[in-house]
Amino acid sequence: MAIRLKDYTEKISPLSGGHRLCPGCGAPTAVHQGLMGIDSPLVVVNATGCLEVSTTVYPFSAWRVPWIHTAFENAGAGVSGVEAAYIALKKRGKIDKDIKFVTFGGDGGTYDIGLQSLSGALERGHDFTYICYNNQGYMNTGAQRSSATPRRANATTSPAGTVIPGKLQRAKDLTAIVEAHHIPYVAQTTLFNATDVAEKVKKAVETPGPAFVNILVPCVLFWGIDPALQHEICRLAADTRFWPVYEVENGKWKITYKPKKRVPIEEFLKPQARYRHLFKGDTSKALLEQAQADIEFEWQELLDRCGETWDPAD
Amino acid sequence: MPRREIISGNWAFAEAMRQINPDVVAAYPITPSTDIPMKFAEFVANGKVDTNFVTVESEHSAITACVTAAAAGARVMTASSANGVALMHEIFPIAAFFRNPIVFGLVNRSLGAPINIHCDHSDSMGERDAGWVHLYCEDAQEAYDSAILAVRLAEHKDILSPVFVCQDGFITSHSFEAVSMLDDETVKSFVGERDADLPLLDVDNPVTYGSFAMSEYYFEIKRQQVEAHRNVLKHYDSVARDYESVSGRFYPKLDKYRTDDADFIVVVMSSASGVVKDVVDELREKGVKAGCLRIRMFRPFPAADVAEVLGKAKAVAVLDRALSIGGTAPLSAEVKSALYDAGAHVPLQSCVYGLGGRDFFPQHAMEIFADLQKGNIRAEERYIGLLE
Amino acid sequence: MKKEMNSAEMARPKKWQDVPMAGVAFGASAEAVETGQWRSIRPVWDSEKCISCLLCWNQCPDRAILTDENGKVSGIDLFFCKGCGICAHVCPKDAIEMKPEADFPSDSGSR
Repeated sequence: MAIRLKDYTEKISPLSGGHRLCPGCGAPTAVHQGLMGIDSPLVVVNATGCLEVSTTVYPFSAWRVPWIHTAFENAGAGVSGVEAAYIALKKRGKIDKDIKFVTFGGDGGTYDIGLQSLSGALERGHDFTYICYNNQGYMNTGAQRSSATPRRANATTSPAGTVIPGKLQRAKDLTAIVEAHHIPYVAQTTLFNATDVAEKVKKAVETPGPAFVNILVPCVLFWGIDPALQHEICRLAADTRFWPVYEVENGKWKITYKPKKRVPIEEFLKPQARYRHLFKGDTSKALLEQAQADIEFEWQELLDRCGETWDPAD
Repeated sequence: MPRREIISGNWAFAEAMRQINPDVVAAYPITPSTDIPMKFAEFVANGKVDTNFVTVESEHSAITACVTAAAAGARVMTASSANGVALMHEIFPIAAFFRNPIVFGLVNRSLGAPINIHCDHSDSMGERDAGWVHLYCEDAQEAYDSAILAVRLAEHKDILSPVFVCQDGFITSHSFEAVSMLDDETVKSFVGERDADLPLLDVDNPVTYGSFAMSEYYFEIKRQQVEAHRNVLKHYDSVARDYESVSGRFYPKLDKYRTDDADFIVVVMSSASGVVKDVVDELREKGVKAGCLRIRMFRPFPAADVAEVLGKAKAVAVLDRALSIGGTAPLSAEVKSALYDAGAHVPLQSCVYGLGGRDFFPQHAMEIFADLQKGNIRAEERYIGLLE
Repeated sequence: MKKEMNSAEMARPKKWQDVPMAGVAFGASAEAVETGQWRSIRPVWDSEKCISCLLCWNQCPDRAILTDENGKVSGIDLFFCKGCGICAHVCPKDAIEMKPEADFPSDSGSR
């Protein structure tokens, strides 16, 4: 089901212009790219976060499709209720359309406060797709660390200081946690290739039962990047293997993008102000080596899960 | 056929749910309301209802799923108690704001800590400003009838507000008593089908629920909810009369027991009113003009009606089954406020009783009436049955 | 209630009675919001250089890249464009150049 971008230019994105997300924000791009391949009528459930707030500044809404937000920690339960109502009303002949359900949550609303509600919805097997637009921290409240914030990143509640070099802990592997619910489709991608995002989300939406797509999206403010670098940073995230691009279909793990060559992690870190402290002072070399070592460890873990090998042209 | 069975308050509520056959029920177990979803699960398993029953992983998710299902256009019911209700606290105002006509079986239980499974009203009183209608039932019969009546009340076009149907944990929820039930067809035609306004699932007319509304409009939207509750006071009686026409049972906002000529009135809610009414009868036999005012509807508070009943009395005692630590207990505060607005200065004793399931005996009610007769009324709150 | 309301009527409620039930907003009413006013730099598109690869269209957070019925890029919607510069950065043919807004004193890009 290869997607041809040209075919989609006539389609209107479920998210209109006129939203108040920052210039260069990755979240709306994730929505546009993710939903452009969906042909069915959609209902969107949104956890509290930048995307929710900035697209629905009352009395305006940037959503062309039905959309609902209740709170931060409960998007999984929110979509469960809507989907349950749909099934009930359809069974009773009050709805005749085939509707699909998509949930958006940031990493705070997904990895942290919303994890229980998401886990419940996955276990119950509702037919929905959960998209985590993951910018690796609490951006809506001013760049605090979340359990998705990577090790060594500077965040406002894990600041890089003279003694502590940013966040000390590894990010939670949420995609693997979701996969452990044995749902039919789980994927991880980033905004490096619109076709990849569109195809993964389309597959997720068209798969009956719960599906999950974890999309790494840059936050211009927190990551401290030039707004124009959105696509380039995402490409570097994939090429440096900082954010591996893969999918798990019915328990079968598969890396769907393997970089052709080894790109050092510095190339991803350098353009970002949140990693500025890694390029200064006596500890710089050691910290960058550790960063690379983390990448190699996690990549090997993924290769093992997939039963694959990687032979880049060095 | 209408039937009369010996069942508990929880089962009575669950029976009403079976007959209502809602589109969606999302629930989570907690003592003492657990029987309701358990019984309902049996109905689902045995094909007695075709409700989509969602067994969520927390009370927070239960009420969230209820809210989004109701916004989607479904008729929705659930039940909970105590700490479960407290966990739902964040979502209750959202339900009211979305104008979700959810009917909620709230089985009153004291809010921990200390953890305690028995009855008081501290759980529901914590939600008194959430924008929900609060109905407090005296017995299992009333819990059953109120569940059915509440569907019509909640879905009334000028109201569209969620409703708590409260009953006392264990005292009512687990005691077996004779309950008269309507036949299924009568209930089905009484509740009819929900005709939702602006349903989320209308994909041809997309609406956005739960916007980010700042200082420009937040106030206006809240003002509309105030209007909805004013409309409850306006329309409640006609819904209750409709219910009377199919059931023969009328439930007014205020249950006025021998208050017409009463000099001394005790104001109380829920099951303890049975005790107070017995004592009223006993005192009446002795020539004391005693009366009992049971507040069935606490939100919206029928303040003018309350003042009318109490304004002529010589003395009044208000019995609260909840504290407002550092302030005035909730029912007492409402009654005092109602009397003030009516310009009635009636001597009033605030009493708190029954916390954590502490028994309330006829002797307690007798002592309260005796103090009213003696004019032994203090400004400070009294604690009934406290070890002191 | 529902039949009387539409996004145009509710654009700016004047009193509390006019706010739609439950404070709902209506689909895509934000299209009336001009975010182009945020812009400090402006993309200038060169149709001669453009090969309509759609990289810019795909990557634009504000859906401000316009396309025609043949799926070809046809311009930039300055009403929404916030001037992030992603389009110019991703363009393989340098068909978009970011220029300071100060260079366009008589043309704000508003509709």
